[in-house]
Amino acid sequence: MRNILTIADAAAALPEIALVTAAMALLMVGVFRSKPATDLVTSLSLFVLAATAALVMFSSSGTVDAFNGAFVVDTFARVMKVMVLFGSAITVTMSVHFMKLERIERFEYPILILLATAGMMAMISANDLIALYMGLELQSLSLYVLAAINRDSARSSEAGLKYFVLGAISSGMLLYGCSLIYGFTGVTSFAGIADTLKQGEAGIGLIFGLVFLIAGLAFKVSAVPFHMWTPDVYEGSPTPVTAFFAAAPKIAAIALFVRAMVTPFSSIASDWQQVIVFISIASMVLGAFAAIGQSNIKRLLAYSSIGHMGYALVGLAAGSAEGVRGVVIYMAIYLITTLGTFAFVLAMRRQTGALEEISDLSGLAQNNKMLAFILAMLMFSLAGIPPLAGFFGKYFVFLAAIKADLIWLAVIGVVSSVVSAYYYLNIIRVMYFEEPVDNFDSMPTELRMIIGASGIFVIVFVALAGPVIDVARAAANSLF
Amino acid sequence: METLFLLIVFLPLIGAIIAGVGGTLALKAIGSAADHHEHAGDDGHHHAYDGPRWPALLTTGLLLFCAVLSWIAFFDVAIGEQQYKVEVATWVHSGGLAADWALRIDTLTAVMLVVVNTVSSLVHLYSIGYMSHDPHQPRFFAFLSLFTFAMLMLVTSDNLLQMFFGWEGVGLASYLLIGFWYKRPSANAAAIKAFVVNRVGDFGFALGIFGIYWTFGSIEFDTIFNAAPTQAGKTIEFLGYNLDTMTVLCLLLFMGAMGKSAQFLLHTWLPDAMEGPTPVSALIHAATMVTAGVFLVARMSPFFELSSTAAMTVTLIGAITAFFAATVGLVQNDIKRVIAYSTCSQLGYMFVAMGVGAYGVGIFHLFTHAFFKALLFLGSGSVIHAMSDEQDMREMGGLYPHLKKTWAMMLIGTLALTGFPLTAGYFSKDAIIEGAFAADTAIGTFAFTLLVVAAFCTSFYSWRLMFMTFHGRPRATKEVMSHVHESPNVMLVPLYLLAAGALLAGYVFKEYFVGHDEALFWGEALYRAPGNTIVEALHHVPAMVKYSPFIAMVLGFGLAWLFYIKNPKLPVALAEMHMPIYKFLLNKWYFDEIYDYFLVRPTMWIGRFLWKKGDGWTIDGLGPDGVSARVIDVTNRIVRLQSGYVYHYAFAMLIGVAAIVTWFMFAGAH
Repeated sequence: MRNILTIADAAAALPEIALVTAAMALLMVGVFRSKPATDLVTSLSLFVLAATAALVMFSSSGTVDAFNGAFVVDTFARVMKVMVLFGSAITVTMSVHFMKLERIERFEYPILILLATAGMMAMISANDLIALYMGLELQSLSLYVLAAINRDSARSSEAGLKYFVLGAISSGMLLYGCSLIYGFTGVTSFAGIADTLKQGEAGIGLIFGLVFLIAGLAFKVSAVPFHMWTPDVYEGSPTPVTAFFAAAPKIAAIALFVRAMVTPFSSIASDWQQVIVFISIASMVLGAFAAIGQSNIKRLLAYSSIGHMGYALVGLAAGSAEGVRGVVIYMAIYLITTLGTFAFVLAMRRQTGALEEISDLSGLAQNNKMLAFILAMLMFSLAGIPPLAGFFGKYFVFLAAIKADLIWLAVIGVVSSVVSAYYYLNIIRVMYFEEPVDNFDSMPTELRMIIGASGIFVIVFVALAGPVIDVARAAANSLF
Repeated sequence: METLFLLIVFLPLIGAIIAGVGGTLALKAIGSAADHHEHAGDDGHHHAYDGPRWPALLTTGLLLFCAVLSWIAFFDVAIGEQQYKVEVATWVHSGGLAADWALRIDTLTAVMLVVVNTVSSLVHLYSIGYMSHDPHQPRFFAFLSLFTFAMLMLVTSDNLLQMFFGWEGVGLASYLLIGFWYKRPSANAAAIKAFVVNRVGDFGFALGIFGIYWTFGSIEFDTIFNAAPTQAGKTIEFLGYNLDTMTVLCLLLFMGAMGKSAQFLLHTWLPDAMEGPTPVSALIHAATMVTAGVFLVARMSPFFELSSTAAMTVTLIGAITAFFAATVGLVQNDIKRVIAYSTCSQLGYMFVAMGVGAYGVGIFHLFTHAFFKALLFLGSGSVIHAMSDEQDMREMGGLYPHLKKTWAMMLIGTLALTGFPLTAGYFSKDAIIEGAFAADTAIGTFAFTLLVVAAFCTSFYSWRLMFMTFHGRPRATKEVMSHVHESPNVMLVPLYLLAAGALLAGYVFKEYFVGHDEALFWGEALYRAPGNTIVEALHHVPAMVKYSPFIAMVLGFGLAWLFYIKNPKLPVALAEMHMPIYKFLLNKWYFDEIYDYFLVRPTMWIGRFLWKKGDGWTIDGLGPDGVSARVIDVTNRIVRLQSGYVYHYAFAMLIGVAAIVTWFMFAGAH
């Protein structure tokens, strides 16, 4: 029996340890500072996130196992963690102005994001069923609170409560799956499960366990049919929280999903592939069809993100390194486009308050040409129109699916992306061809920069695709 | 010289572009708030046009310059017996197909250059006055110049593709100008009709070009003319039959000519084309574009000489057209329509000359006809202008005292058209009639008979027009009569010049076109097979044949005088007595009705069927509309699933897990 905690273990988990410690310290700052501490804590959290990202990138290299194999740091983990940290930092930045205007600025908010981020990083590095659950819960508990952070608002409270109840059910399923897998293999570590499965045939019991595990993970990425919390929570939560939900946790959950499928269950890939194909198709189709019926832009984006998770899962369904590469590229593009879009939603504001209806965008092109143009580009990108970034995301996952002989999956994906183009283009139509209404209030600089940067990203991605693809390939190869 | 030809052809294009783009922009910039102090017309009513005058002046100036250059070219090429070929640019080289922009300048082209540029420049000049009130003047002049360019391209072409370019170019310009007053539904309908009917002919022309390329492997005139004799007597498979190659090719080309030159069966668009402004009628639908078919046959004379069947068909169609159009012209009441049918009829004469192998004679008539027919049209335009846009001759009469100058010009035009001795028409038209007789074939004699009858009709309707318009009791309202005024000089000067042409063109040029210098004059531009001595023969026909057109003319004049001056009640009585014949003629032999019944309505029905049932019901229903309706259905259902109740959501999750597990129990697990 080795020691529970060695120096090497601590070194591997250094970024996480640093992040959690800093979060505790900031909590102390918030609590014990006599003056309102929100601004200070927010600034410090941004610094902490940046420092953590630096630690992730430079404190280790290669593949490092720690905590008896329960925790792994490899290129995949590093890439996904940086994306998560980036997403969290941008979300915190975007939130400041909104929270102040809505009078819900609290120093706990950035700290909760830090804790959730720590949970996500644990998820990404999880290499054991127990570690997996621990990371997932650390993340989820923070998210439940975040959803209800505007506790004076019934909608926000309802969103938090719904998320919590359904999240608890999904956790239950996940645990039930884990216990079945443990029961039929006798181990909890991914490596151990993989070894056991290589020796003999998997029984139906293990498959049951796998299905429940997938159900729990699918809930986190809000894949159909475990998606139903998403629209309600997205709509009810304060917009910055929604932006956060749509960005960083999705990255972490997909990363966890990928690792939890590819590493332990690679020898029974044909089994879990069927499930992934099913939920992927269901997500793409439902995301496309249901979004058409929405008039609230946050709800629309909820369905949009359901659809996008479906596309990302296409890459996972391929089950190959190429597929995982596609997933990484897809998530990177999704992250930036989503952040840009939500920054835009945060900018939708007039004297009367924040706006969430699509009809509020009427004639924006005449009031603010540049803003409308960038949103149009983001929408085209989400719809997957070449030569914008979104096209390449879809291209790489479909390519992987076709190479894995999942032609039908790719065909359905393309068809549903045609259907989904309708509601993206509808937003453009409203902006460009409807009678203009009043202009929005002028937006703070940080939103302006985020929107501009994401617009530039989706447009120039075609020129920058090379390095991104290289990084994604390196990440994917570290898993196989 | 080569620069000169380039200038002649391309200056109108440059003018069209500058006037069209610059003029329209200037017009927009000025808006409607421009000042009124400038107007070319001296007739004090409505001044709708306040825009820039320079597009009109620019295009007119360029065209006048081109006209002068054309006459220089004419004397150099036709009288001075020169031939040129000006390479402009390479165009299409694809496989064995080669077609370059090149100007082929021989006597035939030189004659056409003179005709086109002279008439076009005079029409431009005339239009400055005639269109002085029109709010879209720059557009009008741009189109006129564009037309001129396309027509020049057509007549200078060195290969069939270039000719087709010009051919379609004039068709486009014709369409644009007929529909120039695009707010009038009737003008739009006429423009579309002209375009569609011409498509029928162009289809044949295009097939002819394909056939020539298929047969000879080239579409360049020199090559195919040299190779043509080798194909004589050979056959080609067409529509499943083995037919004589040259006959098929010639008839296909002639089909194009029939469309463009409004020959019998494809003539219906020409009278309707009178919806366009009158200068357009004079330029396009009398003097130049409609003669393109005649030019085509003359240009392709090496082909037509090799197929007697095709030549006979040309004669026959020409003769029938000449007769048919003349009979219809007898009873028309619209002053422009009378002249339109007259044009149609005269084109028939030209084709008869082509058909019997007297190409030079036909072109001679084309040349003289351009002067007197443009004169008649512009003269009638002057009348219409004076009558406040009234075109119905029944509402005219007694205009002679008010429009003496116009009357004199119309008189000259009428004399030339009817073939009064020593006028232009006398030399050219009588030569055609003599040529038909001299052909000494059954078809030729038949054509001769019809042409003489047509000459009688021509005389009758021309004098009827003169009498109804200028003489007798004024039938217009006092209001209109009080406004009657002679046209301004800018409109009269072109009339004078054309009148000079109508009087002198025949006498001056007859020796060159059809007389002793004929062979030298035409050189290699027109080809006649060794046995073709028709031009020599037509000078040696019996005296009675020579006098027959003159007699027909006198009879026609006498009858018209009797009907419309001596006893104006007579035609009414006659019409009532022979109602069916009168109706038959008045309704233009019911061609429009027949075409409407047999072609237009079935086509519309098929179109409507395919639209409503085929596209709307089937394709849209099952395709776009059906799919989008299903999408909405699916969306609505999915949205309804989202009830907001947590237990529904939890239930969905459990159902999902249960479904997947069930799937593995029965199908997936191994």
